Amino acid sequence: MEQPIIQADKLTKRFGDFVATDAITFDVARGEIFGFLGANGAGKTTAMRMLCGLSTPSSGRAHVAGFDVATHPEDVKQNIGYMSQKFSLYENLTVAENITFFGGIYGLRNPVLRDKREQLLARLELEHAADKRVGSLPLGWKQKLAFSVAILHDPKIVFLDEPTGGVDPFTRRQFWNLLYSAAGQGITVFVTTHYMDEAEYCHRVSIMVDGRMAALDTPRRLKETYGAASMDDVFYTLARGAQRGE
Amino acid sequence: MLYFLLQKEFRQIFRNRTILAVVLVMPLIQLIVLPLAADYEVKNINLCIVDNDRSPEAQRLTQQLTASGYFRLTGYTASYPEALALLEADRADVVLTLPQDFERGLMRDGGQTLSLAVNAINGVKAGLGAAYITTILQTYNNAVRVQWVQPDRFPATPVLKVAPVYWYNPFLNYRVFMVPGVLAVLVTMIGGFLSALNIVQEKEVGTIEQINVSPVRKHYFILGKLLPFWVLGNVVFTLGLLVARVVYGIVPMGSMPLLYGFVTLYLLAILGLGLLISTYCETQQQAMLITFFFMMVFILLGGLFTPLDSMPAWARAVAYCSPVTHLIAVMRMIILKGSTLHDVLPAAGIVAAMALVLNTWAIVHYRKTS
Repeated sequence: MEQPIIQADKLTKRFGDFVATDAITFDVARGEIFGFLGANGAGKTTAMRMLCGLSTPSSGRAHVAGFDVATHPEDVKQNIGYMSQKFSLYENLTVAENITFFGGIYGLRNPVLRDKREQLLARLELEHAADKRVGSLPLGWKQKLAFSVAILHDPKIVFLDEPTGGVDPFTRRQFWNLLYSAAGQGITVFVTTHYMDEAEYCHRVSIMVDGRMAALDTPRRLKETYGAASMDDVFYTLARGAQRGE
Repeated sequence: MLYFLLQKEFRQIFRNRTILAVVLVMPLIQLIVLPLAADYEVKNINLCIVDNDRSPEAQRLTQQLTASGYFRLTGYTASYPEALALLEADRADVVLTLPQDFERGLMRDGGQTLSLAVNAINGVKAGLGAAYITTILQTYNNAVRVQWVQPDRFPATPVLKVAPVYWYNPFLNYRVFMVPGVLAVLVTMIGGFLSALNIVQEKEVGTIEQINVSPVRKHYFILGKLLPFWVLGNVVFTLGLLVARVVYGIVPMGSMPLLYGFVTLYLLAILGLGLLISTYCETQQQAMLITFFFMMVFILLGGLFTPLDSMPAWARAVAYCSPVTHLIAVMRMIILKGSTLHDVLPAAGIVAAMALVLNTWAIVHYRKTS
């Protein structure tokens, strides 16, 4: 069997006495769309930041794209894309300039960079807006653009932290089409979300409660296990027992 | 890699009208207005004369004082308490009392004692006011001698006359001294604030996260921030030199490459400080307050307004730790005096060391992984 692209083994992060992420262990296979669910404050973002090399684990280990996140964070970074909760393209640069910049810092050079930029603009149907400031785009477009920029350098994995907050269901659907097409190209998608309909789209879903991983399976089997009609019910059943909230 | 960082940074700067206005307009206005307004020369000293004599001689003295241009006669009275009341009401800075037998004493006894009361709340004004009056009285005194005293009755006493020659600023033009200093402060303020706010701004917006998760090496990132502001600092400095030449006719006496060389080194130090501050702060407000603290200390101790030599030893020690002190000194040396590399080498060494320490510290402290 192929080596998992993400391997976490008792991965833990403490801030003083507070254990944000408590010894989580899981694997993610290549090309998988992996849903990372949990209530606010359950430790999702902390776990994701450790996997991206943004935060050093307090204990436990994790390998991402074959590199240890604690000892080789910069090698991890070369192989992943990341789209944070906060919208994080430069609003005062144009669409094309943002693509050039982020492509450039990942080592893409012309003419490859130029081709990639054209393809991206064509795929998002943003050719007409290439010279518009990103700040002037509607939120849905910004998010699609941010995702496309995050996978511009063909990473092995893309991490998405609540990528679709605040947009309409139609735009969210379009966004998920982009995720599917990325997964189809072999990019592993690691996504946190609060929308349970989105959880249904994932190949496998984990649910974090109080820093621990309370459940991990396909959406269908999770529903069977908990005798629930929808992922919503599964989530309620598990999250109800949570001690810590916002 | 660096190319993309620089390209992005310059695009952002040229799109930010506030930054452009600060860089282009602020130096012009400050250099034109500040040296004219911040003048050491004290004028408009409010003078009150208590005249107990009401003689022609008293009138003559009064006239000489007011004609000097330094004094404004705000009271002319015969009662000392009234004059004190004026002093208390802040309407008089100096009270000069002429005794009852002022004229008679002058003529018959050949001497007279006047009393001078000075409001010393504003120490500079008080000191200079008293000095001016003393000088004018002396002139008056000499005139009286010539007029009333027979020359032959007075044996010619040898008098030492000192004739000072003022080097480097022959007319003691206050602006010549002030302009290089103000320019130094200007370069400092712009460089310090722009660099301190920049990284913090990326933290606030969240874009720094996107940089931190990329494989960009952190020294490239810091360099990508440093170089654009370094260029801007040199632009400001050049504009300032042009203003100094056009408005004040100040042409640097020393070598231009040396001047730019020092400013370049200096900018690295001050930008390093700004970047260091911004690696420690989370919000622009914090960065602003901390930078402000440093700027206040640097500028007040920098020797712009008060000479370093008149500070207590501990303050002088602090002043030497401030890069601004060295810039102001070197600017004055090169621009006014035409100093050479040899003269500015010690200052250049100190500033280079500061630049190295501050930038290294900033790079080490900036962490892509927390």
